[in-house]
Amino acid sequence: MSARPGERQKPKIATVSLAGCFGCHMSILDIDERILDLAKVVEFSRSPINDLKKFDGRCAVGIVEGGCANEENVEVLREFRRKCDILVSLGDCATMGGIPALRNSIPLSECLETAYLDGPTVVNPLGRIPSDEEIPLLLDKVYPCHEIVKIDLFLPGCPPSAEAIFSALTGILGKSRPDLPYELLKYD
Amino acid sequence: MITKNGYRRIVIEPVTRVEGHGKVTILLDEAGKVARARLHIVEFRGFERFIEGRPFWEMPVAVQRLCGICPVSHHLCAAKAVDRIVGGEKLTPTAEKVRRLMHYGQFLQSHALHFFHLCSPDLLFGFDSDVANRNVLGVAARYPELAKKGILLRKYGQEVIRVTAGKRIHGTGAIPGGVNKNVNAAEREYLKKDIDQILAWSEESLAIAKQYTVDHLAEIAEFGSFPSNHLAVVRADGAMDLYDGGLRAVDAEGSVIFDHFDDQRYYEAIGEEVRDWSYMKFPFIRSLGMEHGWYRVGPLARVNACDFIDTPKAEAARKEFKGLAGGKPVNVTMAYHWARMIELVHAAEKIALLLDDPDIGGTELLASGRRRREGVGVLEAPRGTLFHHYRVDENDQIAMANLIVSTTSNNEPMNRAVEKVAKDHLSGVEITEGLLNHVEVAIRAYDPCLSCATHALGRMPLVVEVVDAAGCVVDRKARD
Repeated sequence: MSARPGERQKPKIATVSLAGCFGCHMSILDIDERILDLAKVVEFSRSPINDLKKFDGRCAVGIVEGGCANEENVEVLREFRRKCDILVSLGDCATMGGIPALRNSIPLSECLETAYLDGPTVVNPLGRIPSDEEIPLLLDKVYPCHEIVKIDLFLPGCPPSAEAIFSALTGILGKSRPDLPYELLKYD
Repeated sequence: MITKNGYRRIVIEPVTRVEGHGKVTILLDEAGKVARARLHIVEFRGFERFIEGRPFWEMPVAVQRLCGICPVSHHLCAAKAVDRIVGGEKLTPTAEKVRRLMHYGQFLQSHALHFFHLCSPDLLFGFDSDVANRNVLGVAARYPELAKKGILLRKYGQEVIRVTAGKRIHGTGAIPGGVNKNVNAAEREYLKKDIDQILAWSEESLAIAKQYTVDHLAEIAEFGSFPSNHLAVVRADGAMDLYDGGLRAVDAEGSVIFDHFDDQRYYEAIGEEVRDWSYMKFPFIRSLGMEHGWYRVGPLARVNACDFIDTPKAEAARKEFKGLAGGKPVNVTMAYHWARMIELVHAAEKIALLLDDPDIGGTELLASGRRRREGVGVLEAPRGTLFHHYRVDENDQIAMANLIVSTTSNNEPMNRAVEKVAKDHLSGVEITEGLLNHVEVAIRAYDPCLSCATHALGRMPLVVEVVDAAGCVVDRKARD
């Protein structure tokens, strides 16, 4: 994936899923065989579909799926803002919080109690709720990305269609305003 | 980083080429020996609580948002549960077959995605190959034809889902008591024109996975492996059935622990332990107790637990597979890949049969009957047995929801695999990136869906804070 000597440096794209379901990443892969064409003109930096765990340089485009539900999401999102020229909120969770934000009207303690103490399959005589310092602290609410950092492009949908994603990406990479007709934008 | 107990801590974060968010921590003692290794999942979403109060008919579309890789599993499992609430669990032939077609389409896309897009670099290039090439585009550069077949296999599965559910991801095909559309003649022809090619490519994929397992058996037999129990849904005659049936559990030697257990009483068979030191619950077979009752789910467990597969090519492959262990269950973790590709062929064979079945074009779409206040849906998702359980109140709002997602059942096995690989490969040596990938290879064998599994994860210190703050709002920890 790295450029050969003499080859002009391709623009880099980084992707990440925060508090999402990976459906937006699946919709990126739904461009099907066009991913091979895309690979000819861009290079992928960190992304859950490769093994780069960190940024390997500045990126032309950062694609963010999911909103922010914990402190780690916030740190990663801020790093994406710092390292990417154009930051895209991909899908309803990134743009609005989405289904995970349904918890915003409920105290977090109730969500945890339901999961660990109350379920019909829970066997927990000591009333334990797991603890470990390795887990990032949850935020009080689930936040859409633009409430944490500046976002340059919003692509709605649950998930946005592969056509919308491809159209947006080719627009950004061609340094033109993405051609996103009304039919491609669905809030579902 | 040195922990307060004096261990050197190594972290793999994020675990990549899996669905969702996970990380691995490894603690090394002064001699460089692995003292402990764990897989952590670092999200909490709280689905079971926040869907309380929602109308029950929303469940198939709302709860599928647990997972974008296998939304059809949650869509159909929730639909099976709410079928019972409307008394429509005896589906019309059209409804059942359209749902099955959707389900097999999802097996095809999910298994192809996992094998080609996520895992193939480890198998084709080696566990410690160059990190820059360990991705599907690296595979495409070296094996363009193979990568393209993988991409097109997944595409076909996604198209089956689009035809039956309206869109590829998070569709709306199943509704309480049935489906909202059939498969019309044009759609049938559209899918039929490529199915022979898909069958052929599925068989090629199976051949690759089998050859890999056979060629590398000496090195992978012990890799992250251990004897375990296996759980799966089977049909009344013992056949593998991915959509419906009773629960069967077998032990590592193949002896039956329970069989054809009624899925509506799943909670009598399965419990979930909560441990201080982990975030995910630990499901276990109640009759065996917490210590010995843990089990594996997914392709390996299904191929091990069933008596036969009712499609010829997959059945021939199953017999060959079982030959690895002399007919007993195969307990080799890396054999998950071979088992998964057997199911890929099975899904393609099933799709071919359904596309020739006139019932998928029928017009009887809905069934209903005596209303109930409670329903359980159980099916086999690509990653293993999935349980959805809902209770509704007098206003048809959800009063209780319990979900055991496939990956949660593999929590104990994945942690054992991580610990075994870490101890076998990382102790007393200089730890390289390639060696750390070995740990991820063992996790990937299970094809974990960590987003699914994060519907119910949390952290004690957080709860303490919540309670101390008078039981309402937690401080926002993000600093400006």
